[in-house]
Amino acid sequence: MTIEEKQQEIIDEFNIYDDWMEKYEYIIELGKDLPIIDPDKLTNDRLIEGCQSRVWLDAEVKDGKMQFSADSDAIITKGIIGLLIRVMNDETPETIAKADLHSIGDIGLQEHLSPTRANGLASMVKKMKMAAIKATINN
Amino acid sequence: MSEGTKRPFSVREIREEFPALRQLIYNKNLIYFDNGATSQKPKIVLDAINMYYSKDNANIHRGVHFMSQKATTEYEASRITIQKYINAKKSEEIIFTKGTTDGINLVAYSFGELLSAGDEIIITAMEHHSNIVPWQMLCQRKGLTLRVVPINKKGELIMDEYDKLLNSKTKLVAVTHISNTLGTINPVKEMGAKAHAVGAKILVDGAQSIQHMSIDVKDMDCDFFVFSGHKVFGPTGIGVLYGKEAILDSMPPYQGGGDMISKVTFERTTYNELPFKFEAGTPHIAGGICLGKAFEFLSSLDMVAIQKYEKELAEYAQDMLDTFEGCRIIGEAKNKTSVVSFVMEGIHPFDIGTLLDKQGIAVRTGHHCTQPLMDFFGVPGTVRASFAFYNTREEVDTFIAAVEKSINMLK
Repeated sequence: MTIEEKQQEIIDEFNIYDDWMEKYEYIIELGKDLPIIDPDKLTNDRLIEGCQSRVWLDAEVKDGKMQFSADSDAIITKGIIGLLIRVMNDETPETIAKADLHSIGDIGLQEHLSPTRANGLASMVKKMKMAAIKATINN
Repeated sequence: MSEGTKRPFSVREIREEFPALRQLIYNKNLIYFDNGATSQKPKIVLDAINMYYSKDNANIHRGVHFMSQKATTEYEASRITIQKYINAKKSEEIIFTKGTTDGINLVAYSFGELLSAGDEIIITAMEHHSNIVPWQMLCQRKGLTLRVVPINKKGELIMDEYDKLLNSKTKLVAVTHISNTLGTINPVKEMGAKAHAVGAKILVDGAQSIQHMSIDVKDMDCDFFVFSGHKVFGPTGIGVLYGKEAILDSMPPYQGGGDMISKVTFERTTYNELPFKFEAGTPHIAGGICLGKAFEFLSSLDMVAIQKYEKELAEYAQDMLDTFEGCRIIGEAKNKTSVVSFVMEGIHPFDIGTLLDKQGIAVRTGHHCTQPLMDFFGVPGTVRASFAFYNTREEVDTFIAAVEKSINMLK
């Protein structure tokens, strides 16, 4: 599946819900279900301190593909992280560096990626992109 | 207190005067419980903002023309309205600032210039960052020592400890009148008397009190009282520093520029008199005028009845929240008002806040710019519902139902 197809899949999933609370119910379920980071990786060097919630991010390159894992102390933030990782994992650094991550905005959650939201997600996306760009240079 | 007829308090009637309260958020009736962050504005203030920019806009204090004179008259009339409202002796003691933070920084810089190494400043463990950081900066700049009055688990100042901290080196006590996070009302009059007994001054941060109770600076006998316009139903970007005339007179100017000068030559500049000495540059004229309107509005209200109503509202909300398993109220002072901060076991405040928002309810989540206080209570942050007189018991009921729904989703 291409990164664009993955984004479309997420948009389609969310299109089922027209009520905000239903959307969030789904995000919360995603957040609860996902073991997204190895507990050993919840270290300060991976911590992105938000004013509201905190995010831990780990980025690796395996066989030429980016592998991200992340976590948050807030479950809604964690659910959105799950969506972002689903879109970006197993993609080449070049694809991620160029990617237009529109799906979060398209499902109405753009506010969570705004730097003013202070939940660490905006910095996380930036760090994901930076890790991909760095990997491109290292290639 | 200003004179005049007070109308009997009616929440229904008051709500009519706040257009922002009548709107749908995510298709739900807005419930605005973030009054600790900022208050909504009554029509009298909104109309004054519109009128000022539509008709009266002109720079003040230096124009010979009609509009400038009119703006000047209104700006200065507002100063007098505020002076009367807080019962200051003179209008010269009312300095317009950008807000509470600006007022505290002004005092920290200017009053701070009169202090020297070894002097001590006392703050408390429940201060907003705005009443911590300017003093830390001053202490660094002048080699002073910062002392902190501790609190107990209920969120009340430990007055015995305060007594112990006071000594002949204490030059200033800076304390919040009401904690923005806990709602605790501090005994500022008593603290001021004790500060004065050792020759220290007291600054009261009134950002969270002036909108909830009558303020009488003469009776309180504080040396400085600071507040923000936007939390007291006025515009953002304007606030007030009240200071006793003799103290303000002894302080050097904070910022240089227009309006604060008497005569400028390249060799020497002499400064203007109070209050202009502390008001460099073109001020927030519209803000100043419209803040006066907010106080005209407040003057027509029965603040005693309002204080009682708000306290009951907060207590009702707190009692209802207490029925939830795993709910912990942060701040259980005997003397508290208008604010209910809470955490739910195993649930992040941010998650509750996000779900409440989607149900049309505005609350604040996070550390409320009081990180040391959060550390003390061992929580990353709280959900804070802060009330104003236009909030209702029915809104609290809806809020409680929404909290319950959120908890069920998040558990």
